[in-house]
Amino acid sequence: MNEATPALSRRRLFEIIGASVGGAAVYQAMTRLGYAEESPYRGPIKLDGDPKGASVIVLGAGLAGMTAAIELERAGYKVSVLEYNARPGGRNWTLRGDDVYTELGGATQKCEFDAGLYLNPGPWRIPYHHYAILDYCRRFGVTLEPFIQLNHNAYLHSANAFGGKPQRIRDIKADFDGGVAELLAKATKKGALDDAVSTEDREILLEALRSLGALDKDFRYRAGADSAAHRGYAKHSGGGLGAAPIAGDPVGLHDILTSRLWGGLQSFLLYDFQTTMFQPVGGMGRIGEAFARQIPDRIRYGVKVAAIRQNDSGVAVDFEDLTAGGTVREVRADWCVCTIPLSILSQISINVSAPMKAAIDAVPYASAVKFGLQFSRRFWEEDEHIFGGISYTDLPIRQISYPSTNFNAGGKGVLLGGYTFDGPNSYEFTAMPPAERVRRTVEFGAQIHPQYRTEFGNGVSVAWSRVPFTLGCAGDWSDEARKAHYNDLCQIDGRIVLAGEHASYIPAWQEGAILSALDAIERLHKRVVAT
Amino acid sequence: MRPVARLALAFAAAAASASAVVADDAPAKSAVMSHGWEFGEQGGADLFRNVCAACHQPNAQGAVGAGSYPSLVADKNLDSADFMMSALLGGLKGMPPVGDMMSDAQVADVVNYVRTHFGNSYPDAVSAADVAAARRRTAPP
Repeated sequence: MNEATPALSRRRLFEIIGASVGGAAVYQAMTRLGYAEESPYRGPIKLDGDPKGASVIVLGAGLAGMTAAIELERAGYKVSVLEYNARPGGRNWTLRGDDVYTELGGATQKCEFDAGLYLNPGPWRIPYHHYAILDYCRRFGVTLEPFIQLNHNAYLHSANAFGGKPQRIRDIKADFDGGVAELLAKATKKGALDDAVSTEDREILLEALRSLGALDKDFRYRAGADSAAHRGYAKHSGGGLGAAPIAGDPVGLHDILTSRLWGGLQSFLLYDFQTTMFQPVGGMGRIGEAFARQIPDRIRYGVKVAAIRQNDSGVAVDFEDLTAGGTVREVRADWCVCTIPLSILSQISINVSAPMKAAIDAVPYASAVKFGLQFSRRFWEEDEHIFGGISYTDLPIRQISYPSTNFNAGGKGVLLGGYTFDGPNSYEFTAMPPAERVRRTVEFGAQIHPQYRTEFGNGVSVAWSRVPFTLGCAGDWSDEARKAHYNDLCQIDGRIVLAGEHASYIPAWQEGAILSALDAIERLHKRVVAT
Repeated sequence: MRPVARLALAFAAAAASASAVVADDAPAKSAVMSHGWEFGEQGGADLFRNVCAACHQPNAQGAVGAGSYPSLVADKNLDSADFMMSALLGGLKGMPPVGDMMSDAQVADVVNYVRTHFGNSYPDAVSAADVAAARRRTAPP
């Protein structure tokens, strides 16, 4: 496939437009052709017009529900929020020392982390292109710090490759790029690509391959100064006598290909995971806490919704008050923004149209498990010089993430000891008692970091299929289900509108929850002021 | 279709021999975990313990939170093997189609196991061929 010609002609077109009418026209043209980003987030929402005292009941105090509640209250609505948990945030959640968590089935864990250490069981990183949540963090005073996604010094690991010895990401990436560049350079010089590459481009291509693949003057990827500039050294440069560096031997392309470790490199290429990523200082839960401070007296906790009924004049919600022995109560409002996960809403009596009910019933919820392990020292930093980032493995734990905070400070630390998303291992870990999950996770992790065997202190796990307030991790839309049901899910049905990550095209991300809520209340508000 | 890791077969043999000494309704032992995107467990008892029990709980009694996982104990819905196959293969509301990660024989085994345990005693067993036919019916167009 050769896309060089049409791409060049589009660029020419932009140059011509730019020369004649200026930058704004270029930007417009690029946007129309899909070349520049167009974020759906346009800054703080403006809900103009008087709702004339209309009332709204919001179901769920996760980020979607609290976004709706905060903005509707500012626009003049009377707002009340019902929340199942005893805290705000929903899946925006941080487990810290002394926190107690009881999962479905009754198993209770007490987190024994030291002060300042934590696990984010749910969302844990924010991409730079999630503009809405970044804007809310800025407005509500949530301090962010970088989340390290790519650390060249972390590992790629397979139990069946390189004798089970973890490989530095830097080595695999540099040697894979170098090996492929050498092959391509060879083919180019032999004329094998002459049909696809013009004579002028051929020389540029060779130059690019040498530069990006760290090839030597003869277009070979070999141990030496060129490759060492990418892959590092067997012996680092020092000072004084005997200080000269020694280049290491690259891993051969055959060994990398058959190890399949290249599969781990994709995690750093994906748009969702590109730098810069962020995390709140002190845990992701700081965001939910900050949202809740905006509406301090509006959230009623410990409430289990039993039924949602609507007619021409309003909405009534029946709920069990879990703080009063499950006493059934009712609350009424003119409108309802419902952010209850579909895994739960599909079990609740609600009189909406048949297409919306079918949509509510159409989305399975993903299974995912996260583990937080506390160690007596930060051996990954002290012994292995890994400061943040993620090691990927084909073991059931899938990944180990090193804390992106308090670098180089010594003392204890908490690793994300594993994170499974879908797949058999998520169910298998979930089916184990919590202590067994942690024990197995430590066993697996010790294959990558033998220090686990002596430094492990305590651990917690959150298996999302057993989380009482979601019954799963996130809506796992299939393409077919989305095509058949998504638009029906997002309609305003009489006096009810749904919101949440499940009503977005950014599933399982906080940005999806917020954008969904903003879109829902914008449409709802238009309807309210029009009546 | 999800990638199949054939290595799972090697582990499966170990899992099967381990289960031979475990009584049917005993809690899960230190189970061998699957490799890749297909369940390595063989036999209804192991599949139930390591997959279904994640939500429906080890004794199939279900669980209640903001929503609930239904109990499968003496469950009249299971009178229909087709209903249970369709839930496994196509999902049911929030329940994922876990049968996507099982062979026809594995789905048949776990259907037959649940329908003859936990206070259920439905005599009509399903075969791998029945599951294959049900899978064709639930496949998206």
